[in-house]
Amino acid sequence: MTDKVLMKGNEAIAEAAIAAGCRHYFGYPITPQTEIAAYMAKRMPKIGGVFLQAESEIAAINMVYGVAAAGKRAMTSSSSPGISLKSEGISYIAGCDLPALIVNVQRGGPGLGGIQPSQSDYFQATRGGGHGDYHMIVLAPAYVQEMADLTLRGFDLADIYRMPVMILADGTIGQMMEPVKMKEYTPLNISKDWAVTGTKMKRVHNIVNSLCLEPEQLEESNFKRYERYKAVLEKEPMYEEYLTDDADIIIAAFGIAARVSKNAVNEARKMGIRVGLIRPVTLWPFPKKAFEKAADRAKAFISVELSMGQMIEDVELAVHCRRPVYLCNRVGGMIPSPEQVLSKIKEVEENLKK
Amino acid sequence: MIQPKRITLFAGHYGSGKTSIAVNYALYLRRLGKQTVICDLDIVNPYFRTKDSEHMLKSEGVELISSKFANSNVDLPALPQETYGIFCRKDKYAVIDVGGDDRGALALGRYVPYILKEGDYAMLFVANCYRPLTRNASDAFEVMREIEGACGIAFTGVVNNSNIGNETSPEDIVASFEFAEELCGLSSLPLAFTSFDKNLSLLPKCKENEVFPLVLDERYYDIRRN
Repeated sequence: MTDKVLMKGNEAIAEAAIAAGCRHYFGYPITPQTEIAAYMAKRMPKIGGVFLQAESEIAAINMVYGVAAAGKRAMTSSSSPGISLKSEGISYIAGCDLPALIVNVQRGGPGLGGIQPSQSDYFQATRGGGHGDYHMIVLAPAYVQEMADLTLRGFDLADIYRMPVMILADGTIGQMMEPVKMKEYTPLNISKDWAVTGTKMKRVHNIVNSLCLEPEQLEESNFKRYERYKAVLEKEPMYEEYLTDDADIIIAAFGIAARVSKNAVNEARKMGIRVGLIRPVTLWPFPKKAFEKAADRAKAFISVELSMGQMIEDVELAVHCRRPVYLCNRVGGMIPSPEQVLSKIKEVEENLKK
Repeated sequence: MIQPKRITLFAGHYGSGKTSIAVNYALYLRRLGKQTVICDLDIVNPYFRTKDSEHMLKSEGVELISSKFANSNVDLPALPQETYGIFCRKDKYAVIDVGGDDRGALALGRYVPYILKEGDYAMLFVANCYRPLTRNASDAFEVMREIEGACGIAFTGVVNNSNIGNETSPEDIVASFEFAEELCGLSSLPLAFTSFDKNLSLLPKCKENEVFPLVLDERYYDIRRN
């Protein structure tokens, strides 16, 4: 009998969070991520954890803030408009150097937008979203299995670097079902000696906040934080390469767009077009080096996105504008079809011949 | 296969395969020469709806009743007024795709008095032992009871739809028989049928009259195999 289960992407995140030792989930329902909350509501009471449906997204993120300050693994999840509401709290969490996991199962925007899938929160996720100088590590799953794997990894990264981590998924990956194997997970052995857990009159107080009374002090805390970010940029970029070795054209795509693009790459290869795919798994840190290296050989890039063209800027930066980068996109809850991507590949191929 | 009733309802844990089975069952009834209507009662699920199969259903002459807002950006739990027609037009066979879990089944309650009054129905519980919250018969049985409590109608049979998506092997299905038997035992209900992907090779232990092969659509995001 198989050791796999059939899971929705949203369920895989919830189950993996539990496997990672998260016992504190705070959320507020919003399509298309509500299954995360529903799953937590069923599972948490059975394992002595806390599921709490907060009165708002703002309340939920501040509950995460509190639990994280107490040194426990905490998470919240939402979809695009809800993440905008949480952004103030995320900035506070970053300013306090606290680990936390935030899940964004994106839907179309801006504004209330729609409930169908989207990737248009790329800027918000990779550039901060809230106020001040800060970053989140942003993980972009493309398979239901990765929803689970990256959730486990996300909790670890948050603890290692003491910073918020975001799972940036989209409605389709959240709703689709695929076989998942839950991996054996060994908890990290990281001391959280900064946590606010009560001194028991045996140590000095730990203080967790983002307020600095002196500007010099605030500047120093920013410098220190960015030293840690430097290590993240150096060590943590993750990506998948597919048929890039001999490729003239490289597609850049993450999440659902990468799945569609893979089909298009296979079709194009059958026609003799040398095209490959680089799928960033971390959006911040962006896998710059992979693109830099690919630009030595490849003649053109295509960024396939469910947005008006957001990641394309990072691709252009990574290849230092040495090669043209084209956009192939759908927005508003629409998804590019493999045929659309294929016809863009053919168009770029024709351009290269000129 | 089970003897068709005038109304067949599919309910169960969300993600257990209700919609795929309902669509296939409606087409099966139609191919038996029966006038058939399929009704999407799901007010919970935003994606992957009965409406996805609209074209195929229409081309085969199956009538579809579905929320005007299904697959749109309107996240509104509304049911179409045409639903009541199912209970008046008794010359047609009806297949009802109920929403997942007790929350999804709540909407069915409104129509239950009509179904019970007529009495010619099958209320089938769709179960998949490879879903994480219904891995064993007692957990599945709990979901069954919650659904009955929410909609006010008792199940009359069990559908074993155990699968792990496109990685399902015939052995995985055979391995689920014990789960299905135990669930039937706990609920004192008969097994209506075992359903699985039509492309799977025939199962050694299945009797032909107990299986229901499904035609499953490829989705745009499935990584195509070369």
